[in-house]
Amino acid sequence: MNLSLTLTINGERREIVLDDPRVTLLDLLRERLHLTGAKKGCDRGQCGACTILVDGERINSCLALAISYDGAAITTIEGLAEGDKLHPVQQAFIEHDGFQCGFCTPGQIMSAVGLIAEGQACDDPERVREAMSGNICRCGAYKGITEAVIDASGKLSAGKERDAA
Amino acid sequence: MNLFEYVRPASVAEAIAAAGEPNSAYLGAGTNLLDLMKGGALTPARLVDLTHLPDLGSIETLPDGSTRIGALVKNAALAHDTDFAKRFPVVAEALLSGASAQLRNAATVGGNLMQRTRCPYFTDTASACNKRQPGSGCDAIGGENRSHAVLGWSENCIAVHPSDFCVALTALGAIVEIEGTTGRREVPITEFFLLPGDTPEKETVLEAGEMIVAVRLPAEAAKLAANQRYLKVRERTSYAFALASAAAALTIENGAITEARLALGGVAPKPWRASEAEAALVGKAPGKEAFAAAAEAAFAEAKPSGDNAYKIELGKRVVARVLAMAAAGTPERMPALPASAFAPLPEGVVNV
Amino acid sequence: MSDIASLPTGSRQRQGSNIGQPMTRRDGILKVTGSATYAADNNPEGLMHAVLATATIARGKVTRLDVEAARAHPGVVEVMTPENRPPLATDPDEKTNPFAFRLDALQNDGVRYAGQPIAVVVAKTLEAAVEGAALLRPSYETEAARVDLEGESFVAEIVGPGAPGRAASGDFDAAFASAAKHIEATYDTPPQYHNAMEPHSIVVRWEGDSLSIDMPTQGLAMAVGRTAELFGISPEKIHIRSPFLGGGFGSKGLAAGPQVLGILAAKLVGAPVKLVLTRQQMYGPVGHRGQTRQTVKLGMGEDGRLAAIEHHTLTSTSRFDDFLEPASNVTHSLYAAPAIRTTHAGSRIDIGTPMFMRAPGEAPGSAALESAIDEAAFAAGMDPLDFRLLNYAEVEPISGKPFSSKALRECYERGAARFGWSKRPQAPRSMRDGEGRLLGWGVGTATFPAIMFQAEARAVIRADGSGLMEIGAHDMGQGAWTALHQIAADGLGLSMDEVEFRSGSSDLPNAGIAGGSGHTATAGTALHGAGEDVIARLTELAVNDEASPLYGAGNVGVVARNGRLVRQDDESRGEPYAAILKRAGLAEIEGRGQSAADPAAQERYAMDAHGAVFAEVAVDPNLGQIRVTRLVGAFAAGRVINPRMVESQYYGGMIWGLSFALHEEAVHDKRTGRIMNANLAEYRVPVNADVPSLEAILVHEDDPHVNALGVKGVGEIGITGTVGAIANAIWHATGVRVRRFPIGLADLLGGTPDVSDKGV
Repeated sequence: MNLSLTLTINGERREIVLDDPRVTLLDLLRERLHLTGAKKGCDRGQCGACTILVDGERINSCLALAISYDGAAITTIEGLAEGDKLHPVQQAFIEHDGFQCGFCTPGQIMSAVGLIAEGQACDDPERVREAMSGNICRCGAYKGITEAVIDASGKLSAGKERDAA
Repeated sequence: MNLFEYVRPASVAEAIAAAGEPNSAYLGAGTNLLDLMKGGALTPARLVDLTHLPDLGSIETLPDGSTRIGALVKNAALAHDTDFAKRFPVVAEALLSGASAQLRNAATVGGNLMQRTRCPYFTDTASACNKRQPGSGCDAIGGENRSHAVLGWSENCIAVHPSDFCVALTALGAIVEIEGTTGRREVPITEFFLLPGDTPEKETVLEAGEMIVAVRLPAEAAKLAANQRYLKVRERTSYAFALASAAAALTIENGAITEARLALGGVAPKPWRASEAEAALVGKAPGKEAFAAAAEAAFAEAKPSGDNAYKIELGKRVVARVLAMAAAGTPERMPALPASAFAPLPEGVVNV
Repeated sequence: MSDIASLPTGSRQRQGSNIGQPMTRRDGILKVTGSATYAADNNPEGLMHAVLATATIARGKVTRLDVEAARAHPGVVEVMTPENRPPLATDPDEKTNPFAFRLDALQNDGVRYAGQPIAVVVAKTLEAAVEGAALLRPSYETEAARVDLEGESFVAEIVGPGAPGRAASGDFDAAFASAAKHIEATYDTPPQYHNAMEPHSIVVRWEGDSLSIDMPTQGLAMAVGRTAELFGISPEKIHIRSPFLGGGFGSKGLAAGPQVLGILAAKLVGAPVKLVLTRQQMYGPVGHRGQTRQTVKLGMGEDGRLAAIEHHTLTSTSRFDDFLEPASNVTHSLYAAPAIRTTHAGSRIDIGTPMFMRAPGEAPGSAALESAIDEAAFAAGMDPLDFRLLNYAEVEPISGKPFSSKALRECYERGAARFGWSKRPQAPRSMRDGEGRLLGWGVGTATFPAIMFQAEARAVIRADGSGLMEIGAHDMGQGAWTALHQIAADGLGLSMDEVEFRSGSSDLPNAGIAGGSGHTATAGTALHGAGEDVIARLTELAVNDEASPLYGAGNVGVVARNGRLVRQDDESRGEPYAAILKRAGLAEIEGRGQSAADPAAQERYAMDAHGAVFAEVAVDPNLGQIRVTRLVGAFAAGRVINPRMVESQYYGGMIWGLSFALHEEAVHDKRTGRIMNANLAEYRVPVNADVPSLEAILVHEDDPHVNALGVKGVGEIGITGTVGAIANAIWHATGVRVRRFPIGLADLLGGTPDVSDKGV
């Protein structure tokens, strides 16, 4: 049984040796690599607090067996800002008060970043709400979350247009 | 979660050989398997990881016009494949009404077919469950069973199949491609899933070691693309399993239905093809009368398995509605709330 | 002083009055970058993982645990059971004070509810501990359990946190008997579980007989006190850090058994231990809202004026402790009637002890009362809002006391105008959307008492003129890091960036409990007082110092402005704080503040926040599926410290109301007592798509009596009113009156609606 794997985490290549095949991506990040931004709200794919990007796509890291993701590139909330410069989605969450307790927030933000990259939804609040429904917020910050995603999505696409011009 | 041996085969043949060992399980994304292992409902001794196998991740159109979907294609990738969604819109709508975006990004096509019931007595290891432990009994009977089956259940099991995707596949007559030690075989999806009868632990025709390598949608299914819908009634606007759902596809020529496909979800132990209802529709003018008759036919054999008689009435209304929606035509763009009662409704589909 | 207790400052804020400004959250950057540290994010050196094993029966005892199998699992270090659990100084079943709820800390082999902890497995890895707990495979001696309200009941004299279980004004029986019209209806509300996103967790390290703890708590000082009592060590030896709570909603108000077990496990293995509940384990040992069956009787005149109101609640508590949801008491303050009677009964069942859950009493109580009021309005042939205005309480109905302030009329007006209520047709089932769905509009009145606890704060002005404010307050999402910092800065006459604000740690002054929507009022008043105190001391120095431009200004008065003390009669005359301290040769000057409710004001006035919630629902006429398409709430709750954060509290409360009305219900298997949906897939809280449109209107209200700041509370009121508004909108859409919560599509499927009366 080969339990070594290579992951690129927030741009950094990591060689990891596991002593246990049961380790999920979430527990690997939180308990072994001490990247505790991703949160464990349910551990069963029912809340979205553990959302990270794997090869650019948002998934629930609690239902992902780490060893199976050998070779993957992972982005967590810790890898989003560039130094002190917040990612537009992070900035928008602050401005629209898209959180209260903050526990689901890393998952919400990673989910929003994934959603914007999917390019399916951000023209329409109803589509954003549906697409963000895999992230439960018990405090009830949904209004701010939806506004933040639309705002950040607009800014990101405006930025892209500027870059292209 | 119990300790297990992790195996990463390099080929399908290696995978089949590895999974031939007793108490082995295939690992796709694991979105359902790991969930069940965490709860102790499943305790495989060996996980055979399919996710690194080559050649199982593409969507291709075959020379005969059919579409072949590799078992490792992600649910989201399939639903968002523009060409696929155009040819089989009911499948895309069903996929997008299931789970969450995160789960759809991870979950595979093969895994969706293999997912297990969400019956709480199956997942709760302190309860008796004939699926989990054959012969132990069924605590869902006489228990909390509002969401359980009204069609196809037995005295040994009243659980429902949770998939949306498989309901659409069933309506369109998909073929499941299976590979095992003795080679490759193909099984229509309507025969792939088994009813519980006396052996609720046996949910599919797969033999030990056999794996799904692809799902194929026949060319003729694409001919129904203009009139296909999926409708899913649930107790939350999104991210919830169906209380009752239905996939419908129609061909309408000169004011009459010439071909009808109908399958039901959330009401039976397997995705339920409503053949009698389909037959009742052919030759009829699309309209309330024909749809109501089809709904009656679809649930003619239904009976409550507990506190769920309401699902029979609900199921009929879902059928009547989804047929009206399909008759009104496949929408240009996927609704913001796929398969939802709160997606835009074509004029006149509400029975006042 | 721990460094987490002091947040880095953000961008520079404007000078002058900070209170009332819609600042973004001071902890925003930490929260959006994943660097806000919740308890379970701590990973001290040598950490071990502890995992609970919980009972699968609801009543009986554990007869066997396969400890050997668990121990044999690679990585498992220890299995803690009643046999080897370290001793406690105080029996966890002893009621040392009314807030000391009985805990399950492996004191014996008994099982008194499903989900009760029966062992703890400690291992080197989380994976090993989890499997070790599963391998214990307990055997039980099982007794028949009851988890519904159908059994014996008793008259409840005390409900909630020590409130009287019955109250009356006037002669209800006579008034009801002689009333022209009568409404009598019974409403059921289910058991509900807080389900904060952050599961209860603890990271604990023993250092000799001192305890270092990371744990989310809504009450640092009480948690220290309970821990000290249980472990027989002095409070000074316990340091609890709780800079961020991942939601509390009442479930983290008081010390819970699992956290005590974490401390015990760390003692047993002699290493730091992390214990985090699974989602499923949050359905049992950490409280819930008890189920209720409420009967409301309304008697009224032909004109719709209420003559008599009776509100009776039957609710559950555990077999071993008392917490009874005080649901009837909302009727004390909402509607005027010459005769009011409220009563409660309890039923002991095999569940974990119920506990405070966001708007305890008011949430289920107003769900029932607001539904009944709507039924009465219809029976009286009146618009539901007109009916509420006709029966508007000018004074608190049960006591006759005036309200300290009450802008409810303006809430009704502004909410109704914004919602478009005047276009509402009276008859149910008379509105449709453009696609044929039934639409309904409903209203509910919101109310929640303005509560104060006791707190202390410390203020310091330093030699460089900057300030420091300290209070062991709690931010569970309501915005304490921001709102209290605003109050602190104003208290010192400084900008927020000039004031270091320390909070969230038990080595800071006691901020009381973050509950009862009273935290901003309580902690804020203490901070305000500390600011006044330190400014007074500084003033004392200046006015007695001949070298100061303020010399002798004691009589005209001196105020603090932008880091300077200035004469009240001439603000151009003054000097910076730093200059005063420099001349006095002081490195800093300190002040203290306290807060507590003013008993004289409480005696004289009824103090409540108020609001009006308007709901629109769409119901599919064939499928019964429901969606709340619009919610508008208008609330008056005294002075607003930070409108951005207050709006968010209202939104959150209204979504909780939506959740109560349509979603939340713990479903027990009545044969075993186990909760069959102890997860977030089937215990359905709303998702984003359930909340398409939400508006909150902040209605201005000055209250000179509640406290020095004029602050009421905003955390809980949003639920009250919303539940009723949605239930009433569903009735208006469908003509079906559902009297069991949550309201589901199955309730709306039955044949032709009976407009007059359709119970379920």
